[in-house]
Amino acid sequence: MANMAQAIRMALHFAENNYQLKDVFGQDVGAPLGGVFTATQGVKSAWNTPLDERGIISMAMGIAMTGERCVAEIQFADYIFNTLDLLKLAGNTHWASNGQYPMPLVVMTPVGAGIRGSLYHSHSFDSWASRLPGWKVVIPSNPRDAYGLLLSAILDPNPVLFMPPKALMRVRGEELIPGEPLDEKELRTRIDAPIGDRSQWQPDFPAIQEYLVPIGQGHIVLPGKDITLVTWGRYVDICKPIVQNLIQQGVQVELIDLRSIYPYDWNLIKTSVLKTGRVLFVNEDTEVTNFAEHLCYRTVQELFYHLLARPQVLAGKQLPGIGLHPNLEDVSVPSSAEIEQVLLAIANEVP
Amino acid sequence: MAKSSFKSLDKALLLELYKKMLYSRILEERLIKIYKAGDAFFWIGGPGEEAWGVSLGQLVLKGKGPQYDYLHLHYRATPTLVAMGMPMIDSIRLIMNRVTDPCTGGRNFSNHYCFPKWNVTPVTSPIGVQYATALGTAHVQKRQQSSGISIITGGDAGTAEGDFASCLIWSSRKGQELPLLITVQNNRWGISTSFEGQHGETHIADRARAFNIPALVIDGTDPIESYKAVESQMSYIRKTGKPAFIEAHVTRLYGHSSASGANMSTSEVCPLQKFEQSLLQQDFLSSTTIKIWRDEFEAEGFAAQQSVRSELSPQSASVWDHVYADAQNPDWRTF
Repeated sequence: MANMAQAIRMALHFAENNYQLKDVFGQDVGAPLGGVFTATQGVKSAWNTPLDERGIISMAMGIAMTGERCVAEIQFADYIFNTLDLLKLAGNTHWASNGQYPMPLVVMTPVGAGIRGSLYHSHSFDSWASRLPGWKVVIPSNPRDAYGLLLSAILDPNPVLFMPPKALMRVRGEELIPGEPLDEKELRTRIDAPIGDRSQWQPDFPAIQEYLVPIGQGHIVLPGKDITLVTWGRYVDICKPIVQNLIQQGVQVELIDLRSIYPYDWNLIKTSVLKTGRVLFVNEDTEVTNFAEHLCYRTVQELFYHLLARPQVLAGKQLPGIGLHPNLEDVSVPSSAEIEQVLLAIANEVP
Repeated sequence: MAKSSFKSLDKALLLELYKKMLYSRILEERLIKIYKAGDAFFWIGGPGEEAWGVSLGQLVLKGKGPQYDYLHLHYRATPTLVAMGMPMIDSIRLIMNRVTDPCTGGRNFSNHYCFPKWNVTPVTSPIGVQYATALGTAHVQKRQQSSGISIITGGDAGTAEGDFASCLIWSSRKGQELPLLITVQNNRWGISTSFEGQHGETHIADRARAFNIPALVIDGTDPIESYKAVESQMSYIRKTGKPAFIEAHVTRLYGHSSASGANMSTSEVCPLQKFEQSLLQQDFLSSTTIKIWRDEFEAEGFAAQQSVRSELSPQSASVWDHVYADAQNPDWRTF
C-alpha cells in the first residue's frame, strides 16, 4: 500500500493529467528534492519558490484570480502563521467581490506533532483554520483519504486547506488507491526517486483512477453503541487500538474520523450521539478555543436532552510550543492513556 | 508649461487626459460630499493622483482574462478607473453601499473597486498585498505568452510591507522574470506619518534597481510625464516579459480619508489646476469649455447621488451569499 506522501504525489499526478492542474509550488517542492516529505517528487508541474510563505500564498491567489487551479505548499503549518491575513483575504475575496472573483486554490500544509519536531515542526493549525470563513478545510488520516480529499480539493471552486499530518506521511495505508499496484515495492520502484543523482530520473506513475472523498463527509472507522469518539488526522490511528482495547472491557466506542474541519459532518456526529448519548472529542491542537469546543457546544445546544454524560474535549495543552524531549512532547498532546481514561470516565458516568 | 513640454502628445489626447482628470476630481469631490451629507459611512480616494492615474488608465490593455492587462490597485485609483470608462454612478453606488454596487454589492468601502470585466482585481484595505498577488496573474500571463501584463499601484507607506519585497524578489529572478508594471504613488504620507518617518532610502525606485528592474522616478502630478513613463515602461514589459518600475510623486489633496476630515489641503500641488493652466496658456482649452465640462460633470454626480439614494440596500439574508463559489451551505447552524 502507498504511504501518504506517495498518495499525495499520485493525486497531484492525476490532477495534472485530468484536471488541468498546472502549478504545484512551494519551498523545495520541485526537483531535485520534491518536497521535504517527498510528496511532490516526480510531479511535472512542481516548482521551487523563494523561501517566502507570503509570496507563496499571494502567488496562489493571483493564479486563482485568472481562473486557473494550483496547489501551493507551506512546508510545515508551523510557518503558515505569517500568512494569516492573506488566508483571510483568500477566504473573503469571493464574498467581498459579491461573487465575482472565485478563488479556486489549494494550500497544502503538513500539521501536528509526532515527529519529534520541537517548537517549529509540531504545530497544529486545525483550530486556526476553522476561523477562516470562506475556506474549506480537510485533514486526512490515511493515504487513500489523502488521495481522495486532495482530488476533491483541487476540483473545488473555493480555497481549500489540505492538512496532511506530518507524522503520517510515511505511514502506509490499509486500502488500495484505485489503480495502485498491489505490490508496494513495485510502487516504490516506479515513483520514488533514487538516492543520489536524480537528474535523469523519471517517475513511472501507475494508471491510477479518480477517487473522490467528498469534502464535508466524515467516516465511521469503528462502529459502537456506548460512546461516540470524534477525532481526525493522526489521532484516528492513535484512537483505534484504544477503542479495540475497550471492547475487551465491554465498552463499545463508535470512532468517527471527521476528515473535514469545515464544513463538517454534523449529521454523522448527531446520529451517533443520539445513539450513544455520550461523546468525546479528541485532537492535538491547543485546548483553549479549540475547534472541538465548537462541536461540543453544538452537541450541548442541540442534543442536551439526549445526553447521558457530559460531553468532553481532550486536546493539546495550552502551551506556547511542543518541547523537543519526548517527556515534554508526550505530555503536551493527548496520550493514549489519557484518552482511554476519559472514555472510561464518560462510559461510567451515571446521569 | 511650454508647448515643447507637451512632448509630442497631440492636442486631442491632452484634452482627453484633462477631461478625465476633471471628471475624476469632480467624482471624488462628490464622494466627499456624499460622506459629509451622511449618505456614506466612510470616504477614501485619490484626489491628487489624477495626472498619474488617468495616464495609466489610458494605456491599459483593457479586457477580461490573461490576454489582457490585470490591475492590482490601491484605494486611490478612481482616476485610473475613470480613464478606463467607469461612470460616476458605479463609484457612488459603491460608497453608498447599495445592492446595485457593481464592485462589492454593498460590502466594502469607497474606492475598493472590483471589475472582472476589465481584470480589475478586488482592492483591499490591507495595504501592499496587491504587490504579491499580482505575481500570480503575471505568472499565468507569462505561461500563456500573453501580451497582457499585470499592473500594480500602491502607496509609498505600503512599501514597508514584506509583500513589496516579495514582488521585487519573485518577479526579477533570472530566467523567471514576470511581466509586471510595479508602481508606487509616493504622496509622502502614511496616514499621519511623514515620508521621513518611514523611509531611509533616497528613492523607493532604488529598491527596484537593486533587483536589476529598470526604474523611473517621475513627477506624477504631470500627466504628460506620467503618460510617457507608463508608455515606455509598458512597451519594455510587453517586449521583454520582464518587470519595470515607476515611482510617481503625487499629492494627497484631501488627507488620508474621511477619518482625517477629508478637507482640502492648499499646501500641496494640484495636478488638475497645474495642467489646466498650461492648456489655457497654450490656447488648447478655454475657460468656457472648462465651465461647460465642469457643470456637466457636477450635474452627473448630483443626479447620480439622488438616483442612488432611492436604490435598494442589500437584504440582511444576503450576508450568506457568495461565502462559497459552489452550492455549499456556509452556515453551520443549518448543515
